[in-house]
Amino acid sequence: MNVDELLKQNQESDLLRFTTAGSVDDGKSTLIGRMLSDSKNIYEDHLEALTRDSKKLNREEVDLALLTDGLKAEREQGITIDVAYRYFSTPKRRFIIADTPGHVQYTRNMVTGASTANLAIILIDARNGVLTQSKRHGFIASLLQIPHVVVAINKMDLVDYSEEIYENIRAEYNAFLAKLNIPDLTYIPISALCGDNVVNKSDAMTWYKGVPLLQYLEDVEISGDRNLIDLRFPIQYVNRPNLDFRGYCGTVASGVVRCGDKVMVLPSKKTSRIKSIDTFDGKLEYAFPPQSVTLCLEDEVDVSRGDMIVHVGNQPRVDHNVEAMIVWMNEIKMEINKPYIIKHTASDVRGVVAKLHYHIDSDNLHRNQADGLELNEIGRISLELFKPIIFDPYVKNRATGSIILIDPMTNATLAAGMIIDRRGTTEKELTNSRSEPASSNIVREESLVSSNDRQRIMRQKPVTIWMTGLSGSGKSTIAKSLEKKLIELGRPCYLLDGDNVRHGLNRDLGFSAEDRGENIRRIAEVAQLFNDAGMIVITSFISPYREDRAGAKDIIEENKFIEIFIDAPIEICENRDPKGLYVKARSGEITSFTGISAPYEPPKTPDIHIETNTTDVSVAVDRIVKQLVDAGIIIK
Amino acid sequence: MKTEEYSITNLKVLEAESIHIMREVVAEFERPVMLYSIGKDSSVMVRLAQKAFYPGKIPFSLLHVDTSYKFPLMTKFRDEFCTEIGADLIVEQNKEALAKNANPWDLGTIKCCAQLKTGALLGALEKGNYDAAFGGARRDEEKSRAKERIYSFRDAHGQWDPKNQRPELWNLYNGRLNQDETIRVFPISNWTELDIWHYIHLENIPIVPLYFAKEREMIVRKDQLIPVGDKTQLQPDEVPEKVMCRFRTLGCYPCTGAVRSTATSVPDIIQEMMVERNSERITRIIDHDQEGSMEQKKKEGYF
Repeated sequence: MNVDELLKQNQESDLLRFTTAGSVDDGKSTLIGRMLSDSKNIYEDHLEALTRDSKKLNREEVDLALLTDGLKAEREQGITIDVAYRYFSTPKRRFIIADTPGHVQYTRNMVTGASTANLAIILIDARNGVLTQSKRHGFIASLLQIPHVVVAINKMDLVDYSEEIYENIRAEYNAFLAKLNIPDLTYIPISALCGDNVVNKSDAMTWYKGVPLLQYLEDVEISGDRNLIDLRFPIQYVNRPNLDFRGYCGTVASGVVRCGDKVMVLPSKKTSRIKSIDTFDGKLEYAFPPQSVTLCLEDEVDVSRGDMIVHVGNQPRVDHNVEAMIVWMNEIKMEINKPYIIKHTASDVRGVVAKLHYHIDSDNLHRNQADGLELNEIGRISLELFKPIIFDPYVKNRATGSIILIDPMTNATLAAGMIIDRRGTTEKELTNSRSEPASSNIVREESLVSSNDRQRIMRQKPVTIWMTGLSGSGKSTIAKSLEKKLIELGRPCYLLDGDNVRHGLNRDLGFSAEDRGENIRRIAEVAQLFNDAGMIVITSFISPYREDRAGAKDIIEENKFIEIFIDAPIEICENRDPKGLYVKARSGEITSFTGISAPYEPPKTPDIHIETNTTDVSVAVDRIVKQLVDAGIIIK
Repeated sequence: MKTEEYSITNLKVLEAESIHIMREVVAEFERPVMLYSIGKDSSVMVRLAQKAFYPGKIPFSLLHVDTSYKFPLMTKFRDEFCTEIGADLIVEQNKEALAKNANPWDLGTIKCCAQLKTGALLGALEKGNYDAAFGGARRDEEKSRAKERIYSFRDAHGQWDPKNQRPELWNLYNGRLNQDETIRVFPISNWTELDIWHYIHLENIPIVPLYFAKEREMIVRKDQLIPVGDKTQLQPDEVPEKVMCRFRTLGCYPCTGAVRSTATSVPDIIQEMMVERNSERITRIIDHDQEGSMEQKKKEGYF
């Protein structure tokens, strides 16, 4: 390769930021050392120093962990005490690693590393299986909404590369993660020490059909992680070098801004148009995240740091009252009604924690009443700010939905917060983002009976078992058998079937993408009501769009939503054609038919995946029931 | 909408991040200053500052801590460069220590650095009453720097406490300070050596000619090529010889080694990096003078 090729490659490669999390001795540092050394990203003098240091510390072999454990204190204790950043590249991509330690007392470091990551690698020691720590790491990954999560099951060499052990850990961890919102999840069995499936594919685990870790990191699609829809331009700095120029400097947090766009400045709500987008390298026609630019407006509008430029038709919230999940990061305990400084985008405001709704135990996701939060504790709070802030829910926009709390006395950073989509209502799921009712006069009535009361008498946790798949894949067959089986087991449950619902509740809807979306929304609302009543719900709908299913999950609440992918090749479905629909679709008699003339987006990480061309109905039903029992949803 | 329209290269992401950081600092601090070392990283920082505040001028001074042991070519470059871009340059020294003839040969590198660099720096920051100082350190340079925050909090004595750093989340930087406390800001933390060179190449950024290979008078001492300056003390039977070489990093001449090289342009340098198997700071004697030496210097107030 010559220089020009290298420069071209460096210029074309994109950037993936990832974080690593694992318990003490899970081998994080060794894994990073392995990735750096096997992808030839370590300089020789560093390698020599490493060999020298390994000897000095009486390690038997070259200890790759010493590459990242940079501080003297860490080397002596053999632990990592702070976030360390590492850089490496392959021909395809540039990487920034935030290496974070897994000790109990350092939850805050993982949160720090996770806040800027596109991807998290969670390490699990194959010998120890799923530990409390592993659960905490999964929970933090979902709390911080890291778009991609890889669970690397490490030290496979110490368990004879056993597929069974790997599968058991995977099933156990999956059952835990199913309660959380993780958009993209992958498992890889590795041995960081021996190099299996890190850079090179393992010869010892031929049963693993996936790609090695590094290849996954190189290939995972991240361009879709950015929000290019909702324009949010927080103003950092007003640039007035002379009387002829007044520009608003900032980084495009999300969305795309173009010259000539009609925009609104918040909180003043004054409108204007974009006159120009200026940079040192010339004017731009448009700008997008994460570009740092300077915007000039057509009109003289009073704009200052902390304001936000948005599109007129797409506005964030402006409010004094904000709810957030927060991770407490300081020894000074969180107290109700004590003043804090809240930093959000480019603004600092003072405020108080008006209410601590609950403290959430990250080990088992139980919620407890508490009167404060201590170091590394996570809770849900209501903030009363002395000035309004301009925000979006964190699940919709990381940049405008994140806050930090600062102690006005010591100036310490006390907490990281993720804003929740809700105004002052209580006790709903943390990442639930149900849209607001059309009228703000509609207020929820609280029942005198709690869902816990209902669960106790029904001896089950109400969930919705959401089956998705092509027409003819076997959804209805399995759903009906499952319903029968659960009733035989004495479990109150109810099946919502696609065609039946379309005869009544949804008779006004057709099969356009919009109508399909509304169809799913209504079904989800009904399922949620049934769940609220304590029933297990089984749904059997094609539900072809990921976005709609994600919406359903939001409505039903993610820890009550079990997604089952009923999977069969389209040829087989078409062969089965129980209702003669494929024939009609092929002849053009039915339009917008999923799989033929409309798309089907299979789930990326279903909770259960059933391939019906190789699985009997009874086997499928047993698998689902077993999973329900294992997850403690039904008590046999 | 096609996603290609919105694709952005690694270097542009890094550039945008650095600009964001600089604007935050200027918006939030009363008296920021940029530490300017004349090296390649400083050159890139200055360009980023120009970009951040365009069409305005750079709204802070550049501060050079002069140990008096810099290469004369560096000083010349510094003065010409700052004049050309209209930057406001401040030069500070530890005059007290220099009056007592502080030098690395008698004091050793550790004490010399402590007086002429760290001491001079802390003195200059106090004198200027600066509350934020930009530095061009990168996390890929050295192990303890890998653990630095973008906003690195320093107590009233300029000291860094690695075990008690403020958590740094998203791009929400906490720059709040009490009396006499300061923040060191590292806007190019996430850049690598290759990124720096590539950016210099793409942006055509001027750098000190010492980075390019030329026949220079050198002392060959073990594996190191040591430049001959005014006060360089030769060991018995050492004779300077002409060597085709260049400097990968630039510090004080007594403590900066050169590498044998024929690279006379930025692409040549990058070409060399492609096959280079040693890290850039191997030629910096101060990094290796004691175990965990950079960590120790940083705790005391060094960059």
